[in-house]
Amino acid sequence: MTLLTVRGLTRRYAGLVAVDRVDLDLPARGVHALIGPNGAGKTTLFDLISGLVIPSAGRIVLDGQDITALPADARARGGLARTFQAIRLFGAMTVLENVLTGLHPHLSAPLPAIVLHLARLRREERNAVARAHEALALVGLEQRAGERAAALSYGEGRRLEIARAMAGAPRLLLLDEPAAGLNPAETVSLGVLIRTIVAAGTTVLLVEHDMVFVMGLAETVTVLNFGRRIFHGPPAAARGDKEVIAAYLGARVAARFAAASPP
Amino acid sequence: MPPWLSDLLWTYQNVLVALGVNGLLALSMYVVLAAGQLSLGQAAFMGLGAYASALLSLRLHWPFWLVLPLSPVVPVGFALLVGGPTLRLSGIYLAIATIGLGEVLRAVYLNVDALGGALGLSGIPEAAPLWLIYLVLAASLFVLWQVGRSRIGRAMEAMRGDARTALAMGVNVRRYRLATLAASAALAGLAGALSAHATDFIGPSDYGFETAVSILSFALLGGVASPFAPVLGAAVLTLLPEALRGFADLRLVLNGLVIVLAVLFLPRGILPWRMRRSAA
Repeated sequence: MTLLTVRGLTRRYAGLVAVDRVDLDLPARGVHALIGPNGAGKTTLFDLISGLVIPSAGRIVLDGQDITALPADARARGGLARTFQAIRLFGAMTVLENVLTGLHPHLSAPLPAIVLHLARLRREERNAVARAHEALALVGLEQRAGERAAALSYGEGRRLEIARAMAGAPRLLLLDEPAAGLNPAETVSLGVLIRTIVAAGTTVLLVEHDMVFVMGLAETVTVLNFGRRIFHGPPAAARGDKEVIAAYLGARVAARFAAASPP
Repeated sequence: MPPWLSDLLWTYQNVLVALGVNGLLALSMYVVLAAGQLSLGQAAFMGLGAYASALLSLRLHWPFWLVLPLSPVVPVGFALLVGGPTLRLSGIYLAIATIGLGEVLRAVYLNVDALGGALGLSGIPEAAPLWLIYLVLAASLFVLWQVGRSRIGRAMEAMRGDARTALAMGVNVRRYRLATLAASAALAGLAGALSAHATDFIGPSDYGFETAVSILSFALLGGVASPFAPVLGAAVLTLLPEALRGFADLRLVLNGLVIVLAVLFLPRGILPWRMRRSAA
């Protein structure tokens, strides 16, 4: 079953085509990687899918529903969550409050219940706090719930972003370079975390530069270069693909590389 | 009531009214700033509440218990009118639009005879007793406290920190911006109606740019970490000129100085204690 379908997605910025007629089909379940050289349009594609950037052309369909015209907040309510390349936490809030903010679309107590602190509100908040603690336990931050988010280390901040995105049990989770800046041990535990997330039923699409990390984790790889999709398939095949090698090494080096290696 | 207390209330009547009304105006400022917006229309919204309620009392002789709850209607209407189109734009445009609103309204009050012109409106029934002003202030503080520790308070702080990320978390940023602007206008409207019915006279120059800046300084001095912070800021700035009566002419200079010093040395205000945002 296909969870996300992207057709002819294009984003132009005065004279530059950041994302150029990209097609994408993501099956539900599993890890899918989006790779490509710097400036290939990976983050723009993420921004288009999550609704923070409006497409110049093309369609985005999530779980059978055309979401192209929906604003970002409506997409989040529809089960699409994301993290950011540069960590974007709410620094003055506590760790727990950050995760509670990720649950915003799932809370609905009306204003009178909030003002009068009615049983309905108390129940909803108790459930939300319990779910937030579960999300923190998932990423191993349950001991830090009461601390200010700004007090977390870099690696912990990355994990808090994932907990905040996962709190609402999204159908599709977009991770923008989740391993960037992590040490090798942290990268390994991130891989374990992503597998846990997928096992729980969330589909993951990630942008990543660490090729070893991608090869060990992703079922399919999509390669972008200058905004265009140049490869889509299993990671092993991407490694041998001429166009992918040319994109990463430059066409001339790739040609020499091909001439030097045995047929 | 013991005689010393009634003496005290009589002597400081004006200060006590100003203290309560300014507390409400500080909350009006707080509601927009807490959601990361800069509006300078609080004085204009207050003026709309004051003029609308004074006209209902003077021309139609409606009782104050009916006039007061209706006083937010006109300012909220104008807030939605100005806010709707400007919220598409970012940050500073709302501030400029709301300054413009205040100046346009001042010209209207001055030039429309039915609104009293330059003489303003006088003979407004003194129907707002001190206890009512403080009751409205206490009720507003209570509501904002409850809202502040709920999902709404979290969404507002998220917007203030980073509107794009709040959007990606599913916060309907546009709706929250409009709703907080409307709530802010409602509080300013109540403050305007209460002050008009506590002092019996209102004039076109009471709600200009100078007043707008004073209201902003309440929140800048107090901070917006909790609803109590801006009210404390308002109390300090209301009582300061009384304490320095000899320097009363320097009131504006002091206001300016306090804003500069607060921005430089206390960016989070004199009451930076942050409220918990969980109602569990």
